[in-house]
Amino acid sequence: MNLPILRLGQTYESCDRVELDLGGGRVATTHTANPGLIRRDLLRISEAKAALDAIPADTLAGYCEEAAELFLHGNLESGFETRSGAGGSQSRFPHLQSPTDYVESLSALTRLPHSLVRMNMTKIHAAMSQVRTVIGGLTRGMPLEIFDAGLTTIGAPASAGLSGPASDLTLNYYPTTSSLGVSLPSNAPAVNSLWIPAPVMKIPVLLKPGREDPFTPLRIVQAMIAAGFPKEAFGYYPTTHEGGDTLLTSCGRGISFGSDATVKKYEAFPSISIHGTGRSKILIGEDMADRWEEFLPVLVESVSANGGRSCINTSAILTPRHRDAIADALAAELAKIQPLPRDHDDALLCGFANPAFAEGIDGMISGHLKQPGAEDCTARHREGPRMVEAYDQIYLQPTLVACTDPEHPLANTEFMFPYASIVEMPQAAMLGNIGQTLVVSAFTEDPEFIGQLLLSSDIERLNLGPFPTNRVQWEQPHEGNLFEFLYHRRAIQGNVAADSIRPAELQQT
Amino acid sequence: MSCSLTPEAAAEALDAHVREIVRWHFSPETGCPYWLEQAQSLDFDPLAIETFDGLLQFSHFDDEILRKEDPARFIPKAFAGRPYNVFETGGTTGMPKQRIGWDDYKTDYTEFSEHYGPNFFPQGANWLMVGPTGPRRLRLAIEHLANIRGGACYFIDLDPRWVKRLIGMGEMRMAKAYQEHVIDQAATIIRHRDIGCLFTTPKLLESLAERMSLADAGIRGVFAGGTTMTPQYVRFIEEEVLEGKINYAPTYGNTLMGLAISKKRAPGEYSLTYHAPQPRAVLRIVDPDNTDRVMDYDEYGRVELTTLTKEFFMPRFLERDEAIRRQPCDEFPWDGVGDVRPFQSGTKTVIEGVY
Repeated sequence: MNLPILRLGQTYESCDRVELDLGGGRVATTHTANPGLIRRDLLRISEAKAALDAIPADTLAGYCEEAAELFLHGNLESGFETRSGAGGSQSRFPHLQSPTDYVESLSALTRLPHSLVRMNMTKIHAAMSQVRTVIGGLTRGMPLEIFDAGLTTIGAPASAGLSGPASDLTLNYYPTTSSLGVSLPSNAPAVNSLWIPAPVMKIPVLLKPGREDPFTPLRIVQAMIAAGFPKEAFGYYPTTHEGGDTLLTSCGRGISFGSDATVKKYEAFPSISIHGTGRSKILIGEDMADRWEEFLPVLVESVSANGGRSCINTSAILTPRHRDAIADALAAELAKIQPLPRDHDDALLCGFANPAFAEGIDGMISGHLKQPGAEDCTARHREGPRMVEAYDQIYLQPTLVACTDPEHPLANTEFMFPYASIVEMPQAAMLGNIGQTLVVSAFTEDPEFIGQLLLSSDIERLNLGPFPTNRVQWEQPHEGNLFEFLYHRRAIQGNVAADSIRPAELQQT
Repeated sequence: MSCSLTPEAAAEALDAHVREIVRWHFSPETGCPYWLEQAQSLDFDPLAIETFDGLLQFSHFDDEILRKEDPARFIPKAFAGRPYNVFETGGTTGMPKQRIGWDDYKTDYTEFSEHYGPNFFPQGANWLMVGPTGPRRLRLAIEHLANIRGGACYFIDLDPRWVKRLIGMGEMRMAKAYQEHVIDQAATIIRHRDIGCLFTTPKLLESLAERMSLADAGIRGVFAGGTTMTPQYVRFIEEEVLEGKINYAPTYGNTLMGLAISKKRAPGEYSLTYHAPQPRAVLRIVDPDNTDRVMDYDEYGRVELTTLTKEFFMPRFLERDEAIRRQPCDEFPWDGVGDVRPFQSGTKTVIEGVY
């Protein structure tokens, strides 16, 4: 199977290719885009923007909803295959990828169990099918016409002290870019959900797939094109690290994922938003700490869902008391999660496509555990070492580390498997200790603590109540606000009426 | 342009050249202080070397010597009193590696000019060089090339040492701004002067072509080198950057070797094979784990350079590159090096092709 480049919708076969082993003698060959090729395409990005601008946003949202079903259930074009014929001639034909084919291929490359691939598919489907809700959440309820004419009218807030038609507020938003470049990871297919609203918002997207997941972004793009989106609106560029840099720095806006080092690398570029290490946490309030046993399933889910690979998995639990009891009970539950074959329905742990990564993580944890103040509580409940080989793969088994010292190197870190620390500290000290945190689930009903949480500048997403950190509400932005990243509000004064200046072909009848 | 020699005759000519050059550098009447002093500690007599294979008695030349030694210690006695140029290698930081020279660059670039004939780079056209000038051999070489083809040469400098430092410091944004600054200047010259030929690096060439159609601006020939060029990259440069309308001469070279010309390719062929300016320089593809062994044809190995001119003798220097050993061809009846890339680039991070 060959996965060529899509250059604003046009297929392009590169001379530089990477072969990826799908097992059973099957190979997926990605075509590598040289960085200059991406910049060259950006010279024509106005054509892509114009193609999206010609379609009402409401129609695009409808296409996206239709694409959701195609993504989940359809046989979609995914590159091409070649077949040798008589006389050594080679014929080629489109490769139609079924959902099952997608699940198996992605699992083979990423080592995600089939069950998790299907769960990620469901999340992506939800992001696509609920795109109106998602965009409504990002725009705080503005109608989609804002993307057609840049203008909309909303009722003035009651606090403005105005009433009647004269109090309506006209808003003007303009796009800050004509392209969004996204450099995607391989470990979590559902992060593709983040860029999905962009083409509905009429911003063309240029995607660099992760090396081990060339399939997900392409499947979404093909579903969108099949549903009606103009193909010019999409670029798909398997490329090198340098190509990734080019994509991010050359597009008007860029999104990437990575470690603290990635965040630092791009910090000089305000046009690039980096989704760094999540370090998501559960904070148990004084008022609920004694009820910890009720929340044990939520703790287990938060640490282990999606194989513990997501930035929204819990990596640290802070509690004012009962640390040892919670740790022992949680460790016992986590230790029950064991390696299973990738196609097993209950499989939750992911193997490592690159065993060296697993060895590095295992070595780092073992090394830090030699430093006083931390204990691997799961060690006493699981059979064998943390790193095991099973079903022809290397696994890291779930690990819960209880820390007596919040400064211990294992107390506030994150790894790509079900790993968490648990630290005991007074509620009053928690917010001063969490540092930058993507998701906080605060198990509390204490109004004073909630008030402090709401004003904390360290928390990106806040769940109030005993909810898992991986909980998703589609009307709430995940990390940053894509609409505010791609659009900017301009003050507009004078007697304007949105309908009167909207292009006639976009006016709703 | 094809060569009249057979591979066997070329090998014989190389052996004869080796005898001449080794005698030149190791004879007290003509040799340089550095090699005459080295000869004292060799466990063989260099004057007894008869063939290229005899050079394998030398250990690999350590280019750190070019940082430590006074370049004047490489002046052959026969050239004593003649003014000379001091050239420095490309992007090195700290104490630079230096090589002295007199006419080698003219010899190399005259041969290059003759190889391509009068039309590939139009005779009489003016040139623009966009790239590292300063203390580099290339700056004089390109001007010589332009002059012998009847044109003048304009220059836009790019300091690769600063670019490397910026990248090392994580200053990607500043590195990008510096590149823009260089391209701004080059675009200005092309717009306001009659330029027909360009020398630049492929990356700068790409950036320049994002500003304007080089074909429409009157560029007819481009000579480029200095970074890895995969087949895809060559195809992209020829089809899109040069719009299929401009002659393209990719080369492999450096201050220590001169320049290796790429052999002519069939339509649709994008893999590059470079051939050293033999007998003045010899490139071998050797087994990285046993550098006495030459790799089989079509296998990757490390690039080893031996430079054999009256101005400079450098035996068996291991380049920081690897390449595929390729067969001799009509144009060059000696081995070529194909698809050059940084040594072990698959296993470590390399900052290369920064400009």
